[in-house]
Amino acid sequence: MTVFTTMDELKKSRIHQLLDDGQRVDGRGFDEHRSIVIETGAIPKANGSARVRLGDTEVVCGVKIQPDRPFPDVGDRGIFICTAELLPLSHPTVETGPPNESVIELARVVDRGIRESHMIDLSQLVIKRDVSVVGVFADNVAVDYDGNLFDACSYAATSAVLSARMPRWEYGEDGPVLQEGDASLPTTTVPVSVTMAKIGNHIVVDPNSDEWDCMDARITITTDSNRDICAIQKGGKNGFTLDELVACGETAVKSADAIRRTLEAAAKQ
Amino acid sequence: MGGRATDMVLLDENGIRCDGRRIDEPRSISIKAGVLKNADGSAYIEFGDNKILAGVYGPRDIHPKHMSDADTGILRCRYHMEPFSVTERKNPAPSRREIEISKVIKEALAPAVMLERFPRTVVDVYIEILQADGGSRCAALDAASVALADAGIPMRDMVSACAAGKVADTIVLDINNEEDQAGQADMPIGYMPNLNRITLLQLDGVMSLDEYKQCIETGIRGCKLVYEIQKKALMEKYFDGEAER
Repeated sequence: MTVFTTMDELKKSRIHQLLDDGQRVDGRGFDEHRSIVIETGAIPKANGSARVRLGDTEVVCGVKIQPDRPFPDVGDRGIFICTAELLPLSHPTVETGPPNESVIELARVVDRGIRESHMIDLSQLVIKRDVSVVGVFADNVAVDYDGNLFDACSYAATSAVLSARMPRWEYGEDGPVLQEGDASLPTTTVPVSVTMAKIGNHIVVDPNSDEWDCMDARITITTDSNRDICAIQKGGKNGFTLDELVACGETAVKSADAIRRTLEAAAKQ
Repeated sequence: MGGRATDMVLLDENGIRCDGRRIDEPRSISIKAGVLKNADGSAYIEFGDNKILAGVYGPRDIHPKHMSDADTGILRCRYHMEPFSVTERKNPAPSRREIEISKVIKEALAPAVMLERFPRTVVDVYIEILQADGGSRCAALDAASVALADAGIPMRDMVSACAAGKVADTIVLDINNEEDQAGQADMPIGYMPNLNRITLLQLDGVMSLDEYKQCIETGIRGCKLVYEIQKKALMEKYFDGEAER
């Protein structure tokens, strides 16, 4: 996605020109994200799932919930792990093989946003202290790419977690035994990630792939239901001023409200 | 940022932290430039209990060739922890955490380095964490920046880095290992002090919008302190040290 041709150069200068005139390449306002379409429960074999379209970026997330051994230093907490993968069918430039640094960063940033918000109360996921806990695994796969996988994966994972049903286990003779019935995951807050791109001196919310390819820097800010900030990742080969960062923080808090309502509504489908 | 239960008092009633520092006080920092013979530029930093070596090679030919860019030089960066650098032996293979940190450090340095002057070449930055303490990515970035300058590579500015964070509901400068484990938030910041641009910013932990602003401002103050130490390291090698050589 970084091979520049004459067409790309023309596109880039057009995007800059439009922004200087107060317009975006797809007609959106600077602080306007693309349409978010969420279908929860798309994968019945998963304990929770969501298929999210953010404009033309599409991500499927499945949540699997199963007993696991706790991490040695935290025997009184369950496990939450969130991953992200860019499938080769999502874009002509994506190749099979081990994840590159961008995909590793993507997975870690999506995981961090949800983890640092303390969305899932992991203390309620203990089957037997220090021996057996519940593990929640949210795996994202990007199936169609049009920029900003950070937010698309975050919305998919959050929706999938919110809509998931957790089986019940009791600790028996030699391990956890599945019981009747299930329940929602114990969630405390709804994290919302908002990614912004700096292009020239302009900052735009939810960059599409054309904007993504010509941005100077980006920032992903995740906020929780209290409108507090819980995770940040700056990326890209340029810097921000303090004033720009403060403006980005305010935009992230403001934009998240409507998105959070969308995620909550989708989970109740 | 687990905010894990602990018996440790992170901030006492006199505003003194668990290692005896005030809230706006960094750990002790020392940097030495030009510590390796073979590297084109190098630096060694001690930042609290962090002990980190950075070496720079280039601009030089790129292998593999397909990475070369006809319009500009490229920057590659490796942040690597030795197996003995932490309490439990670390697997020497690069972890996902190290790959991510390598990427954010590369992107923090890139705006400062005039790579466009060296098309089709690469500048390699190798960072080895000999001993790790809290805030190793900031210390690594500080050393890498001095090593790039020591290599004589044209730069627009230095990149200075220092973390800020939130401990016992208070914004503090330069989070240490204990505060990282038991505190509320950690925000590493990389900053170009003359161009006034923030080139590295991460956060884990919860804070309000007001605290966020205060935290960046606190971190920038720390970066400016580090900048003076970076300049001193280069002055010592290139000016004061001349007579003995």
